[in-house]
Amino acid sequence: MITVDDIHKSFGKVHAVRGVSFAAPDGKITGLLGPNGAGKSTTLRVLYTVLKPDQGTASIDGIDVVSDGLEARQRIGALPHGAGLYPHLTARENIAYYATLCGIDSGRIDERVDSIVELLEIDDFADRRTKGFSHGQRTKVALARALVHDPQNVILDEPSSGLDVMATRSLRELILKLKDDGRCVLFSSHVMQEVAALCDDIVIIANGRVAIDDSADGIRNRTGCDDLEDAFVAAIETVDLE
Amino acid sequence: MRTLYTVFTKEVLDNFRDRRTLVSALVMGPLFGPMLFAFVINLSIERSLSAADETMTLAVIGQEHAPNLVRYVESRNISIVDGPADRDAAVAAVKAGTHDVVLLIPEAFGEQLREGTPAKVEVFADQANRQAERDARRARSALHGYSQELAAIRLLARGVSPVVMRPINVDDVDVSTPSGRSAILLGMMSYFFIFALLMGGMYLAIDTTAGERERGSLEPLLALPVTRDQLILGKIAATCVFMAVSLMLSLWSFFVALKFMPLEQLGMTPNFGPGVVLAAFLVLAPFILLGAAVMTLVASFTKSYKEAQTWLSIVLVAPTLPILIVSILTLRPRLEFMFVPSLSQHLILVDMVKNEPIDSLHVAISVASTLAIGALLTLICARLYRREGLLG
Repeated sequence: MITVDDIHKSFGKVHAVRGVSFAAPDGKITGLLGPNGAGKSTTLRVLYTVLKPDQGTASIDGIDVVSDGLEARQRIGALPHGAGLYPHLTARENIAYYATLCGIDSGRIDERVDSIVELLEIDDFADRRTKGFSHGQRTKVALARALVHDPQNVILDEPSSGLDVMATRSLRELILKLKDDGRCVLFSSHVMQEVAALCDDIVIIANGRVAIDDSADGIRNRTGCDDLEDAFVAAIETVDLE
Repeated sequence: MRTLYTVFTKEVLDNFRDRRTLVSALVMGPLFGPMLFAFVINLSIERSLSAADETMTLAVIGQEHAPNLVRYVESRNISIVDGPADRDAAVAAVKAGTHDVVLLIPEAFGEQLREGTPAKVEVFADQANRQAERDARRARSALHGYSQELAAIRLLARGVSPVVMRPINVDDVDVSTPSGRSAILLGMMSYFFIFALLMGGMYLAIDTTAGERERGSLEPLLALPVTRDQLILGKIAATCVFMAVSLMLSLWSFFVALKFMPLEQLGMTPNFGPGVVLAAFLVLAPFILLGAAVMTLVASFTKSYKEAQTWLSIVLVAPTLPILIVSILTLRPRLEFMFVPSLSQHLILVDMVKNEPIDSLHVAISVASTLAIGALLTLICARLYRREGLLG
């Protein structure tokens, strides 16, 4: 369960996030949709605590991300945009490193890594050094790494960008699996169709503000557009006009 | 603590598998010093051996005006050749380098000698050229010897003992021990050790900061339920280990290399046995923390791997500065120098190699102040690692 309440964030003169609020409940997939530079990544970075909001609050399972960042991070599996691996370590070692850092008992690490390797179907290349991995392989390992401590909340920043059809498909299956486990999944994307196909709730962000927060059908109704892409554009325009 | 240890072991393993890091830590750093050193030593041995024994040639204008002088000079292992045509040609020849030294004997030389007035000769040499200056000194000393001999003969002819010409007899006594003499040359080796030490951790310092950011592996790392302090301390600890290994290797490779250098020919016997190797390691060890912290600090300010490399190569040279200044001013070890990292290690090391007594207070101050500065820089590193801008 992730709640965001009126967060603001500026970088110098750039006011990247100007009062974003939404809630992402457990057992649902919430999509953060918006054009490039809308403030999606900044919002997510505040949630996995690498940035502090200038104003407003956000919490993970009721734990404040600013005052208790460590505890909040314990409950998050985060996949930042373009997350990199350690090229001299094997995929398994990359995952085990995170498992150890997350405080999993040393006796249980192998077992835990094995199960996550199986879940993400990366057996084939799990024991190879990650140097030279394809983008799809890297994303899978990075995702496995983020999920190794079995977090209740999963935050994915543009996880599908640059992936081919097959990889996108298996990513989608994984996200649905996480939802079925009762987890809270929050991911960002700038691709309308992807979000529409997967998400229970869609939060459209433009210019650092929430333009609309509803289900896919709700968005169609409220904007009066049958086509989701038109609805997306219409929603963004309402923010731009302000 | 577990986090720190996990980060530490991961960084050691990760970098141990990186060929570039490994080569710079285990090969480049430790071998660069001894090799350069062997080269310089051999060169200086060659030069000093050749200078005294070899016959030098001296171009003389107007040999016919002073046949006795010429014979005397020749007896000093100097072979005489015909010089340029005249005075102007002599100046030109020395300037152009065709002759290192030219001796000009004017026509009036014989007559002045007969009359007992000071007979004039001229020596042309370029004093800025060290090789030529050495030859000029030899020529001058031969001429001086001849002059002394003539003076003695003249005094004897007047019934005066030549001893009156020597109211003072200056006798040079060289008190430097063979170990002490080697210190001049071995003084530069302390920098090689510091260089090797820094070199050993350089790529680690880059990889764990700028490299990690450029690779995109920093952000997910920071999103883990660990404190940043532990991450950065683990990284600095790994850098320290690589630096320590590199330092140890370079000390031993020096120890081995010295066995193959004909230092006795230069009248040197450096005190550099296994015991000194270990003692030197202990004296230099506090510099490891400082080096690791400085390199991590500088690298964490840079935007990319390339930029970090550029800045860190400046850091590599920085420790030479205090050593250089003190060497140029030829200052003796003083208490206040012991507060300056790299300089204090250098001065203590030089005394060790000279086999001179080491002031334990000096060592204590050197160790304490270097460790304190290292700890302070580590603290600053950890502070900076907490800032948001770290992600760039």
